Amino acid sequence: MLGLNKKDTGLLLIVAVLALFAPIIFNPFPSDSAMAQFNAGYPDLMQRFVIFGIFAIGYNILFGLTGYLSFGHAAFLGVGSYAAVWMFKLLSMNILPAIALSIVIAGVFAALIGYVSLRRSGIYFAILTLAFAQMSYNLAYSVLTPITNGETGLQLSLDDPRILDGAPESVGSLPYPTLLGFEMSDTYVMAAGGWQFQFSVGYYVCAVVLLLAFYLSIRIFRSPFGMMLRAVKSNQQRLNYTGVNARPYTLAAFVISGMYAGLAGGLMASMDPLAGADRMQWTASGEVVLMTILGGAGTLIGPVLGAGFIKYFENIFSKINDTILHQWFAIMPDGIEDVLVALVHPFVGKGWHLTLGILFMLVVIFLPGGLVEGGQRIAGLFRRRKTDNDGDGDTGSSTSKDPAE
Amino acid sequence: MSKTTFTRRGVLRTGAVAGAGVALPTIFTASSAAAFTNEPTGNTVTLGFNVPQTGPYADEGADELRAYKLAVEHLNGEGDGGMMNTFSSKALQGNGILGKKVEFVTGDTQTKSDAARASARSMIEKDGAIMVTGGSSSGVAIAVQGLCQEAGVIFMAGLTHSNDTTGKDKKANGFRHFFNAYMSGAALAPVLAARYGEDRKAYHLTADYTWGWTQEESIVAATEALGWETVNTVKTPLSATDFSSYIAPVMNSGADVLVLNHYGGNMVNSLTNAVQFGLKNKSVNGKNFEIVVPLYSRLMARGAGENVKGILGSTNWHWSLTDAGSKAFVKSFGEKYGFPPSQAAHTCYVQTLLYADAASRAGSFNPCAIGEALEGFEFDGLGNGKTLYRADDHQCFKDVLVVQGKENPQSEFDLLEVVEVTPAAQVTYPPDHPMFAGGSLGSCNPGS
Repeated sequence: MLGLNKKDTGLLLIVAVLALFAPIIFNPFPSDSAMAQFNAGYPDLMQRFVIFGIFAIGYNILFGLTGYLSFGHAAFLGVGSYAAVWMFKLLSMNILPAIALSIVIAGVFAALIGYVSLRRSGIYFAILTLAFAQMSYNLAYSVLTPITNGETGLQLSLDDPRILDGAPESVGSLPYPTLLGFEMSDTYVMAAGGWQFQFSVGYYVCAVVLLLAFYLSIRIFRSPFGMMLRAVKSNQQRLNYTGVNARPYTLAAFVISGMYAGLAGGLMASMDPLAGADRMQWTASGEVVLMTILGGAGTLIGPVLGAGFIKYFENIFSKINDTILHQWFAIMPDGIEDVLVALVHPFVGKGWHLTLGILFMLVVIFLPGGLVEGGQRIAGLFRRRKTDNDGDGDTGSSTSKDPAE
Repeated sequence: MSKTTFTRRGVLRTGAVAGAGVALPTIFTASSAAAFTNEPTGNTVTLGFNVPQTGPYADEGADELRAYKLAVEHLNGEGDGGMMNTFSSKALQGNGILGKKVEFVTGDTQTKSDAARASARSMIEKDGAIMVTGGSSSGVAIAVQGLCQEAGVIFMAGLTHSNDTTGKDKKANGFRHFFNAYMSGAALAPVLAARYGEDRKAYHLTADYTWGWTQEESIVAATEALGWETVNTVKTPLSATDFSSYIAPVMNSGADVLVLNHYGGNMVNSLTNAVQFGLKNKSVNGKNFEIVVPLYSRLMARGAGENVKGILGSTNWHWSLTDAGSKAFVKSFGEKYGFPPSQAAHTCYVQTLLYADAASRAGSFNPCAIGEALEGFEFDGLGNGKTLYRADDHQCFKDVLVVQGKENPQSEFDLLEVVEVTPAAQVTYPPDHPMFAGGSLGSCNPGS
C-alpha cells in the first residue's frame, strides 16, 4: 500500500491506530481515582508527544542514517516557531501559511548552517552545530529582541495587523489559531463512566501531520537516497574513494531534518501561539539527541517512543509532590508512611531529572538499541514461547513489538 | 515506484471518505455545559502553583511553594490563620473558598517559558485548576499570563519585577502584587540623592534581557531627573559568571557610582567582582565610590555574603517589618518552617489570599467576576500598608522599601535593614506612562 512493503504498512497502521485512539489509550485510569495522576491523555501533553515525535523523526533522518551527531537542532525548531508566530501576527490565524513558512525558513536556515558545518565531521561537526545553535539562542535572547521579543518570548497582541483576517469580531480578546474554521483549542470532552476523554482539534491536526511525517520518513529510509545516507554512516572514506561526493547527500539530509524541526516548531506555535528563545537553548538540542538514543537511533518508530517517554516524565513525574505521596501511602502506619515518602521524594517532583537520568543509563547499558531493542527482545521471548506452545493470536504490547526497520 | 490507477468507483469512494473526514470535526465544536473554564462542581477547588523547582531560581521557587502551602492551610482553617486575621477584608471564613476545600497541584517551570506553559496547561487541562499562580522571572510570568488569558483562568503573578508584566504585556486575566522596575527607581532615587549627593556620575551594568533593560531605563530616568549624569550603560550577557572584564573599565570611566541591574546569580557574581576590585574603598572625583543594586532579595544577599554590607537597593517586603500583618505572617511561616520568609514567599502568599478573598466577595469563581472584585480593590493588613489594585493595569500600588546591606548581621537571615519606606504616592505613575505604554488589557476571558 502507498508504495510500502507489508511490514512498513503494518508499522504505519499501528502508528495511525495509536495516534487515533491516543486520547483513550493514554487515559487508562478513571479521573477521580488516585492513579489519575498518571494519565497523560490531556490535549497539551498529547500534542507534545506528537510534536516532539515529529522533531525526533526528523532528527533521526540525520543522526540515525548518516551518523552525523548534530547538537544544534533546537535552533531550527525555534526558528520555525518564530516564523509561525510572525505569520499569525502579520497575515492570518490560519495555521497552514504559518506552518508552510516555518518549514521554508527552517530549511533555508538549515542549508546555511549545514553548508558550513558539514565541512567537518564527528566531534567537530557536533561542536559547530552547537556553536551555531547557541549563537542563535543568544541573538534571540538579546540582540534580536525587536524580532523575537527576547526573554519574554514572541506573543500575539491585540493590535497585530493580521491582514487576511480583517477586523476581529470581538475586540478585546485574542484570536485562536484555526484550520478550516476550527479553533485548535476546541475540545470535545466525552464522559464515559468515571473516565473523561478529551478529543481536541489541535491534537488531531498534529496527529495527521505526524502520520504524514512518519510516512515520508519511511519512504526516505527505503529509498536509494536513504541507502546512500547509510553508506555515509558506515564508511564515508570508502565512499569518497569510489568517486562519490557525499556532501550533497549529507547536506540534503541535514536540510530535510531541519525542515522537520521547523515543522515541529510551527506546529508547536500553532497549538500555543508563543515562541520563546529557550526553545533554542542547548539543553533543548540535547533533549532530542536523548529522545533518539533512548528510543533507538536509526529505527523508524524509536524516536517517537523516546520523545513520548521523555515528555511523559517531564510532565507527569515533575508534578508529583509530597502531598500526593502522603495520599498514596496513607494506608501505611505513620512511621512507615514517612519513611516511604522520604525514600520516594528525591525521585519525583523536582527530582524527575534524576529518575529520567537513571532510566536513561539503564537503557543505554542494557539496551544499547534503545526501547525498540527492548520491544524486540520481549517480542522474541513471546515468539519462541509461541512456537513452543504452537499458539496464535496477538502477543506483546502494541507499542513495543514494532520491528526496528 | 508506486503504481497508481484511477477508477470511477475508487474516486467516488475516496471523495465520500474525504467528505466525511471534513465533516467530522464539527462534533468537536459542541460547547460544554460549564459557564467558564474548570468551573468547580464538587466540594473542592483546585489552584495551580507553578514555580521553578529546578534551574537558577530554584531557591526562590522552593520558598514560594512553602508560602503557597501555608496559604492553603490558612484558607482551609488549619494553622493560626496568619495574615487572614490582619487582612482588612473579612470575607474569608477559614472554610476554604466559598465553602469549597482548597486543593492544589504543583508544577516545575524550570524558568523556561515553554516548560512553564506546558506545566500550566497540564494544570488547567488535566487537573482542572481554576487559578494559576507563581513565577520567579518576568519572562515566565508574562508567558504564563498570556496562556491564562487564552485558556480563561485567572493568573496571579508571583515574583516578576519587569515593567512589561503590567505594561505592554498586561492581560485582563492577570494580576500583579509585586512592585516593578519603575517603582524601584522612583523609590531609590531620592534616597540615593540624599546620601550620595546630586552631582554623581553613574555607570550601569545591565543584564542583557527585557527585565534588565526596563530596570536600567527606570533607574536612569529617575536618577537623571535628580541631576545625576549617566556615564555609560553596558549590557552583560545573562550567562556571564565572571564580570571582571566589565568592572575594569568602570574604574577609568570617571564614574563614581556603579549600578548593577542584575538579579540572582548574576548579581552575586558582579557584586563580588566589584568588591574584589576594591571599588567600595575607592574615591573618585573627591567622593567615595558607591555601588547600588536596585532589586534586592534576601536570598541574593545571602549569596553575596560580606559584600552586600552598606549597599543600597529596593525590595517589595522584608520580614523585619513590624506591622501586624508582617508579624503574623513571619510568625506562622517561622513556626511551620523554622526560618523567616523571603519577599517571594510573601508576595505569593498574599496573592493567594487576595484571589480567595476576591472569589468570596464576588460569590463566584468566574474569572470575570473575580477580575471585577480585584479591580480597584483597596486593602490593608497584608504587610505593605494600604494597597490599591489599580483597575487600569492590574498592578498593586503600595509602599516600597529601600534597604541596605546590614553592617552587623545577627543571623544568616538578618542581612538587610530597612532604610526608608517610600510612600505609595511617590511611586505611583499614570497608566499611560511611556515606560508602560503599548499594550492593552483586553477584555476578561472566562473560557468555555
